[in-house]
Amino acid sequence: MYKILRKQRLNPTVTLMEIEAPQVAKKAEPGQFIILRTDENGERIPLTIADFDREKGTITIIFQIVGETTTELDEMEVGQELHDFAGPLGTPTHTEGLRKVAVIGGGVGCAIAFPVAKKLSEQGTEVHSIVGFRNKDLVILEDEFRAVSKVMRVMTDDGSHGTKGLVTDALKELIESGEQYDEVIAIGPIIMMKFVSQLTKQYNIKTVVSMNPIMIDGTGMCGGCRLIVGGETKFACVDGPDFDGHLVDFDGLMKRNGMYREFEQHKRDEHCRLMQKGGEQ
Amino acid sequence: MDEWKKVPMPVADPNVRNKNFEEVAQGYTEEQALAEASRCFTCKHRPCVKGCPVGVPIPEFIAKMKVGDFEGAAEKIREMNLMPAICGRVCPQEKQCESLCVRGRQGEAVSIGRLERFAADYMRAHHTDAPKEKPETNGIKVAVVGSGPAGLTCAGELARKGYEVTVFEALHKAGGVLEYGIPEFRLPKEIVDNEIHNLELLGVTVKTNYIVGKTATIDELMAEEGFKAVFIGSGAGLPNFMNIPGEELNGVYSANEFLTRINLMKAYKKESATPIMQAKHVSVIGGGNVAMDAARCALRIGAESVSIVYRRTEKELPARLEEIEHAKEEGVQFCLLTNPVSIEDDGNGWVGGLKCVKMELGEPDATGRARPVPIPGSEFILDTDCVVMAIGNSPNPLISRTTEGLQVNKHGCLVLRDTETWITTRDGIYAGGDAVTGAATVILAMGAGKAAAASIDTYLQENK
Repeated sequence: MYKILRKQRLNPTVTLMEIEAPQVAKKAEPGQFIILRTDENGERIPLTIADFDREKGTITIIFQIVGETTTELDEMEVGQELHDFAGPLGTPTHTEGLRKVAVIGGGVGCAIAFPVAKKLSEQGTEVHSIVGFRNKDLVILEDEFRAVSKVMRVMTDDGSHGTKGLVTDALKELIESGEQYDEVIAIGPIIMMKFVSQLTKQYNIKTVVSMNPIMIDGTGMCGGCRLIVGGETKFACVDGPDFDGHLVDFDGLMKRNGMYREFEQHKRDEHCRLMQKGGEQ
Repeated sequence: MDEWKKVPMPVADPNVRNKNFEEVAQGYTEEQALAEASRCFTCKHRPCVKGCPVGVPIPEFIAKMKVGDFEGAAEKIREMNLMPAICGRVCPQEKQCESLCVRGRQGEAVSIGRLERFAADYMRAHHTDAPKEKPETNGIKVAVVGSGPAGLTCAGELARKGYEVTVFEALHKAGGVLEYGIPEFRLPKEIVDNEIHNLELLGVTVKTNYIVGKTATIDELMAEEGFKAVFIGSGAGLPNFMNIPGEELNGVYSANEFLTRINLMKAYKKESATPIMQAKHVSVIGGGNVAMDAARCALRIGAESVSIVYRRTEKELPARLEEIEHAKEEGVQFCLLTNPVSIEDDGNGWVGGLKCVKMELGEPDATGRARPVPIPGSEFILDTDCVVMAIGNSPNPLISRTTEGLQVNKHGCLVLRDTETWITTRDGIYAGGDAVTGAATVILAMGAGKAAAASIDTYLQENK
């Protein structure tokens, strides 16, 4: 069992948890993910590692409450234990030899982008971070990003914090102003990664995106996480989750990720009803 | 009783069982077991044993059954096979031991599998299957990667010899394909749990949520954790697809994913949080045991119609005979001599139909089987909203990618330096099961696990 040591609400729909998992912490690297189950009937969900502490033997996860499992997870408290927690899975983000990188984070994707930015900064890479959110209430990890970035841009859709606009606006401006990046690393909603990739293609800048498809085992067995990259079927769990943004079929992935939307909605409604009933007693 | 025929196996009503996950084949009664055992000639030259990958002493165990000594029969089997309750249920006996039975020359072979199952179940029902005592440990640590049939057998054999065995399982539950692949109605999970529990009583440690190659590499296990030898039984890996248009559509599953959602994650149970598509018309591509399992599961989770789409004829279906018969009885349709061409989009990104072409058998191919050839102009659309691809797997790459010096062939299967001993291209590292052979059967994996255990024992005794 894997104990919850710390819990922090980062915004109304995003929660951070630090989990005791020494086995996973020993080998974890930025870009990798874990699979967890909250209880014995729980589904297996993948979450990308937001941080790790090898000495303490902990893994930090940051998740958005989107379905039944993340709702349940969010209801768990410090001291409680997760039923299963396996990893680290996937290939670490490639950072070797990079001198100057633009790291783009969108929404809860910032939780995954941050450890990459941190690792790059620690190895001496010049990091320019662009983080985007819908509004100021949803901003997470701003100070953390600022601490590891030479250039920092915060974007919101409504202009309630930072600059009004999209992450692609800021990226375009930086590139146009003469910044030359070895690589752009973009992590966030699929639609954001798609548009970042389209932009960088025009400038011929290598772009890495992190995929978070539907997954079950996460170890290269079920094939649920397949996606098309450069016309070939790839599996996010063993071939990724990082892929070349200029080759990923984002539209196909967006459709696949919606496969269980109705089921999720149904389960969520059921969960809400149960909660209401509980409250009435 | 007709002595030329097997005593029939009692089975659940097809129209009831195709809506639940309870076991289909219900097992012989004592009377039926005695009657079937009496059909065995106890041949001196034991042809049947040659057909058994683990060498079960078949005439000897049946001889004990003839006189009603079911305990003794089970003990006899377990000398060579630690998991008879599983083998009795899932082995393709008609292609192995029973294919060599003298009775089979005129009439039907002795039902060796059903008798094996009866003896094992009898022992379990009387709680006498647990190991009597834990062998004295020799303090030598051996790591087994994967808790499927190959790994469990290897672990059991080594534990019996006193080795300190740890089995590493990537999933949250041990059992491998016995757990995520083979459905409850064919192999109740209680039986798998019981076999694993018995191994633990022998002193085997099972570590779940541990992905060898990621959580730790094989080299780390050997250098830092003190394991003196390793057996890799990591099993089948990434599913194969046909590479036809439309495979990315919603409603297309690999059999591994479809079966894992149902068997491991229990998606059919209300309390399970794991979703599964509620399809009306399911097409399963392939003709092996996995295809039969997927088709029969699809019926049980509520599909109105389920079709097996297979490019050769019934004669070439690789599945166990019993599974084919059971699938038919339950209402699975067989579209034979049919091959998918593309999966149609319903306009919203979901499966809207399966375009197929009719086939005919041509000249034999490299495997000696007649090569199916498409009949031009015979394309048609099969009404389908869910497609399950059951056309095999390629081995898992996590271990070969992270272990230097471990060679794989062009299919990704681990290369053996010596096929007799199951040693890989690295000293002290052995392998067996699907990771070496590609998709095969439970019993072949067990045979490999057993042979590798013997080699590991020899190696460790020589290198003390």
